Amino acid sequence: MSEKNRAIAGRSVSRRGVIASAAVAAALFAAQPAKAQETIKVGILHSLSGTMAISETTLKDTMLFLIDEQNKKGGLLGKKLEAVVVDPASNWPLFAEKARELITKDKVSAVFGCWTSVSRKSVLPVFKELNSILFYPVQYEGEESERNVFYTGAAPNQQAIPAVDYLAKEEKVQRWVLAGTDYVYPRTTNKILEAYLKAKGVADADIMINYTPFGHSDWQTIVADIKKFGSAGKKTAVVSTINGDANVPFYKELGNQGIKATDIPVVAFSVGEEELAGLDTKPLLGHLAAWNYFQSIKNPANDEFIKKWQAYTKNPKRVTNDPMEAHVIGFAMWVKAVEKVKSTDPDKVIDALPGIEAANLTGGTSKMLANHHITKPVFIGEIKGDGQFDVVWKTPGLVEGDAWSDFLPGSKDLDADWVSLKCGNYNKATKKCGGGA
Amino acid sequence: MNVLRDRLFGLLFAIAVLTGAGWVHAAGLSEAVAHFTQDDYSATSDGIAAVNDSGDPRAVAIVEALQDGRLLFSAAAKTVVVKDRAGALTDAVTGMPVATPPADLSPVRLNNRLRRTVAAALGSLTLMSPDSLRRYEAAQAVFKSRDAGALETVEAALAKETDGRIKQALSEARAAILLVKGDAAEAAQLDAVNVIRARGDQDALALLSAVPASAPASVKQLADGAIASIRRDLEVWAGVQNAWYGLSLGSVLLLAAIGLAITFGVMGVINMAHGEMVMLGAYVTFMVQEVIRTSYPGLFDVSLLIAVPLAFVLTGIVGIAIERSVIRFLYGRPLETLLATWGISLILQQAVRTTFGPTNREVGAPSWMSGAFEIGRITITYNRLWIICFTLIVFFVLLAMLRFTRLGLEMRAVTQNRHMAASMGIRTHRIDALTFGLGSGIAGIAGVALSQIDNVSPNLGQGYIIDSFMVVVFGGVGNLWGTLVGAFTLGIANKFLEPFAGAVLGKIAILVLIILFIQKRPRGLFALKGRAVEA
Repeated sequence: MSEKNRAIAGRSVSRRGVIASAAVAAALFAAQPAKAQETIKVGILHSLSGTMAISETTLKDTMLFLIDEQNKKGGLLGKKLEAVVVDPASNWPLFAEKARELITKDKVSAVFGCWTSVSRKSVLPVFKELNSILFYPVQYEGEESERNVFYTGAAPNQQAIPAVDYLAKEEKVQRWVLAGTDYVYPRTTNKILEAYLKAKGVADADIMINYTPFGHSDWQTIVADIKKFGSAGKKTAVVSTINGDANVPFYKELGNQGIKATDIPVVAFSVGEEELAGLDTKPLLGHLAAWNYFQSIKNPANDEFIKKWQAYTKNPKRVTNDPMEAHVIGFAMWVKAVEKVKSTDPDKVIDALPGIEAANLTGGTSKMLANHHITKPVFIGEIKGDGQFDVVWKTPGLVEGDAWSDFLPGSKDLDADWVSLKCGNYNKATKKCGGGA
Repeated sequence: MNVLRDRLFGLLFAIAVLTGAGWVHAAGLSEAVAHFTQDDYSATSDGIAAVNDSGDPRAVAIVEALQDGRLLFSAAAKTVVVKDRAGALTDAVTGMPVATPPADLSPVRLNNRLRRTVAAALGSLTLMSPDSLRRYEAAQAVFKSRDAGALETVEAALAKETDGRIKQALSEARAAILLVKGDAAEAAQLDAVNVIRARGDQDALALLSAVPASAPASVKQLADGAIASIRRDLEVWAGVQNAWYGLSLGSVLLLAAIGLAITFGVMGVINMAHGEMVMLGAYVTFMVQEVIRTSYPGLFDVSLLIAVPLAFVLTGIVGIAIERSVIRFLYGRPLETLLATWGISLILQQAVRTTFGPTNREVGAPSWMSGAFEIGRITITYNRLWIICFTLIVFFVLLAMLRFTRLGLEMRAVTQNRHMAASMGIRTHRIDALTFGLGSGIAGIAGVALSQIDNVSPNLGQGYIIDSFMVVVFGGVGNLWGTLVGAFTLGIANKFLEPFAGAVLGKIAILVLIILFIQKRPRGLFALKGRAVEA
């Protein structure tokens, strides 16, 4: 739909065939404003090709599903919602271009999108300049709070830190391998975790940090190193921020070298139901993942969501995962905020969003905070033989997302508050906005 | 074995019932088993301990079922049921068949801590098992758990044991318990350190490092000496292990590069779509396994053998189609070929993404490719071993084909001097197409093997294209032996650099080394000599 509109609009402003296009234009101008009044456009900015398509395509489908559901309920403010899908093709600069296109050409009211941190950083200036709204659904490294962005995924204190606490308390882990893919999310998360572990009294010699390139496939040496590191007489665990494709060969190698979860458990922050779908999980029994949502959580809201989702995708085996739930929450919050201010005007919606509450799929109610992060429960799940997770631990209540980690020297004084302070990086020590970051 | 064991338990149970002791046990057992109905990890933990202590002959069956996820409970009816391997349900306490199972039966859940408890409990319960393999496993389980409560049983088992291997395992288990417990006589502890030292592997190292600080000074000193000597020993083995990993990485590089050695090395076509041929081969494996899973489950172990010829034919045909439709118009124009084949690679990727979806597809490992075995102190995984063998077979078959068949002769003739070959009556266009098809087909075979160690996703090929070009250029364009030596050299160099430099820096270092090498020898390791160079 949008593709067609765009092509026609482009033609009507071109200089060729004035007379010929006049008729077309006249017909269009009669139809277009009426149509624009009918729909509210929602931009979907997820890679549908390239390396990230593996994760992001599902989120595009999720958004189409949510918009479809909302339209069945009668749309928003009496209008139908219309999805505008673009494909930034896992190409970071293209993300910025496509974001600009969505906001200026398609005049979308909000954008749901991005996966990698680098794609989010790439679109930030566009959203600031054109003053639009981005909902970002993936767990990330924190250290950011922007007026135009709402972070519905987990901040490090909503995933990484509780996972490490679980291992230290329940598994009595004393030696830590921090293994990650070599880019900004694992590096920042590991920096936070390292500072956190050291603050807890873990010695330097008991922390091993290892980075691998994207798509690393030969894990023999690293798994052997982990095995060696684990034979120092202290309980050892691996905290994995290994991303995407590299996980499958990593877990295969663990299974092949006979590292069982009962010996050296691996807790992963980027491995969910979707990633396990391409894997025989029997050798992985008992390895862990930390998320704010698992498909296996029994709950009426979740059961209904899974049923509708599988019906929508016409695939009874289609799995759900954590970033999908983040979009569910983010979309519900946006809808509520728009209904509250009876407008899709970005400034009004941005001001209305903090404080909005929406039910999550795990039986709780998440709330948008003043720092544009949300409250979430944290679950630790163990991998089961059927590719699902068995929740073995959860936080007693909801955890508030913390934009600026308290464990990094550069950010512990910073605070984000878009309600009273109107600032994303307020320095509590110098009492200035924008200081110290 | 199972029959024997079941009979034995049956007999024991009958005796126990006859003597009346059985009722006492059954009462103890029913209380113990009741813990499992609470669906709470700490209650389950108590349950395992209680079942273990009950001394009931059914305990083994219950704990085993728990380990395998076959112990089911009903929260509503407060009953616990054992499902045997055939699927029949029996009451956990009485052992009677359950005719009408409660509707809400679900497996008793375990977490890692409980899995360890279960393994330890099962270890001490089966130390006296009549089955020697089970006794061996039990001894190893006790070695791992170091459960002080099992010491008496281990000593009793040790006194009775006749099998040398199990005896060894039992004495190691005993030594482990003594060392960790720390209150045994000094002489016994010193003995224990020596036993563990003789074991000499990473588990031994872990155990010796965990000797409590309260241990006598002499024990501590001996343990430290043992640690140092085991470390030295393991260092040497680490070198061997690195060499093995290098060979394995080299074989993967070689496998991915052989096809390219034909299309790029022999024909001179810069084929950026080479990686996608590998990817197609992997998807053929996926489809073969899919058909086998749904229609012929018995054939799963030979799925890869079926996939190899299919992948070869399919990717070969795709290769020929690409050559006929695009590449033949671009011979002698390397830049256009590069761009055109790059475009083809994107088209193929997106086509696969649209057909199969962007997510990874599961390709299972046949039983003969799963697991590992140990030689000395190094672990060799079967899948890597088979890939090395497979690569070498593919390599030598290809070499023989080029040397001894008519097609091979014609290929060499065309690449060495096209005009001369044409005037000798060789249909060069046909040979071009077949050569390209052969290179692509071999890439497809590589895909079958790589599906065992990598993701089967539309991006599979991208990870191998750069490495493949690197291997072919480094080895010497136009020379298959160069590709072989180049691949193994790069593999081994990479693996020896990785422990020091890390995976990221190691890769960079290799690239820099290759650039320097190419500066010195622009034609690679095995440069073609004579007139062929100019062709």
